[in-house]
Amino acid sequence: MRKISWGREWLALVICLIHVLPFYILATTSFKAHDDFSSKWVAPGYLYLDNFVNAWREADLDRAIVNNVVVTVGSGLLIVLIGSIASYPLARHRTPLNRAVYGVFVSALIVPPLTILVPLYKFMVDIGGMNQLWGIILLHVTFSLPITIFLYTGFISSIPYELEEAALIDGAGRFKLFYLILMPLLKPITATVIILTCVNIWNDFQFSVFFLQKQEMHTITVALSGFFSQYNNYIGWVAAGSFLGAIPITLVYLFLQRYFIQGLSSGAVKG
Amino acid sequence: MSVRNREQPNLKSLVRFMPEKLRNSPAWLNLLYVPALLLFGLFILYPFIRGLMYSFTNWDGYSQTFKWIGLSNYRRMFSDPDVARVIRNTFIYGLGSALLQNIIGLAYALFLNQNIRMRALTRTIIYLPAIISPLIMGYIWYFFFQYNGGAINDIILLFADEPVNLLGDPDTNVWMITIVNTYQFLGVAMVILLAGLQVIPKEFHEAATIDGAGTLSRFRHVTWPLLAPAVTVSVVLNVIGGLKLFDVITAMTNSGPGYSSASLSTLMYQLYFGRQDAGYAATIGNLMFVIISVVSFTFLFYLKRRETSLA
Repeated sequence: MRKISWGREWLALVICLIHVLPFYILATTSFKAHDDFSSKWVAPGYLYLDNFVNAWREADLDRAIVNNVVVTVGSGLLIVLIGSIASYPLARHRTPLNRAVYGVFVSALIVPPLTILVPLYKFMVDIGGMNQLWGIILLHVTFSLPITIFLYTGFISSIPYELEEAALIDGAGRFKLFYLILMPLLKPITATVIILTCVNIWNDFQFSVFFLQKQEMHTITVALSGFFSQYNNYIGWVAAGSFLGAIPITLVYLFLQRYFIQGLSSGAVKG
Repeated sequence: MSVRNREQPNLKSLVRFMPEKLRNSPAWLNLLYVPALLLFGLFILYPFIRGLMYSFTNWDGYSQTFKWIGLSNYRRMFSDPDVARVIRNTFIYGLGSALLQNIIGLAYALFLNQNIRMRALTRTIIYLPAIISPLIMGYIWYFFFQYNGGAINDIILLFADEPVNLLGDPDTNVWMITIVNTYQFLGVAMVILLAGLQVIPKEFHEAATIDGAGTLSRFRHVTWPLLAPAVTVSVVLNVIGGLKLFDVITAMTNSGPGYSSASLSTLMYQLYFGRQDAGYAATIGNLMFVIISVVSFTFLFYLKRRETSLA
């Protein structure tokens, strides 16, 4: 077998340590008592959890986490459903009309929806979607459709059509065809779509902060930002809040990291 | 191949006997993208048109009435020194972090493309920040850059008497935010470039080595041209991400002091919610739309052309 180069292993270790540094500082800061003014580089030699207790209570994190889960799961389901069925005719029937529709969806990949914030806000007020989880879900779904349709259309085009023809001749209806034949084949790309869109939705701040202003509707990021502007001086609380806010997605990432990295690279290579 | 050819006439004759409904299915199949199109029209197209309209008014964001004021918002925008500063910042965030992310990301990708035992762990750690909320990442780095008791100033104070106000100084704050954005998303560049490196056939390198090419010329003539598609994706993704930067700025400086670290997106937010200047905020939004689409399409066009000329 190939020889191990210890120089490279050491370099890899140094790179890891540099990249972990921010998390180390986050940890020392969040475990430090309010009257401990030692440097952030120094780890506290005691166990102190008040920061976490206070941050959890004041930022109302339990409700925020529930809201976050509802928004992310709801959006994810709708994205997969609406995105996959929309891509089917776009991939299989490349009429001039369908090419144009595909072009409209994909061109929106480039331009961030944040640019239409002002009129969008007015529109959400008009349809009663302000401070409603369904309101933000519809927004997330819409803004995730371009990447979803792009990935699904590319993937469906690469599946041989003979498979579907055979099923049609056997008398399967189009819907049966879609759910029994196509859906199972779409599993890998569905995983990519879910990872690419749901991470953004889970972490979203720029839209949630506008459209979920009522406290009962706050998601994690919105709850934290409100909490931070209020308790600016309690740096330990802020750190503990950040710590707690980052934990759920970090755990998911560490368990499923193979899929995260595959999802990103396969999504990128298709592009 | 030969099997398929033999079967094709068979299939065609079968289709002729299929019920009318199935043969004409493609037309009604188009109904499947109607829900997506509907959402797109309601939440993107319609607001976009309304946004163009609002930019010609003095609307305050909540009242039912407003006056048409022609091009005043646009005239005001082009003579506003804050806007000039904010456009400069936006370009630093967009191009600066894309440049840094791709240089460091490429270095990491080349390093990790070797036989390293710690490869999986290193990749996991470098990519980790990219999945954490940029808002939280901003707060984490705030502990470094803080004036009182910040981690960086603790080190500076070992050598100097005065701490440095990295976030309060308009000359440095934009760069500090760029560094944070770079740190957070350079893993994205690394993963994309690493995937690009791994699809380059090993035989190409071996052939070049046999022809007497050194490490550097192998990189220049084999790796770099074949990596072009991955570079395109990585650069365009990072440029767009940087140009629309919002969360990190809000967390670290809240656009301040003044508007010295604002990007177009945070400026738009401040004008709308802070100053009820909705007509003007919509105008800034339109400017942002133009800037991001022009810059991204330019990059995409240039990099795509480069791909074919290198291939």
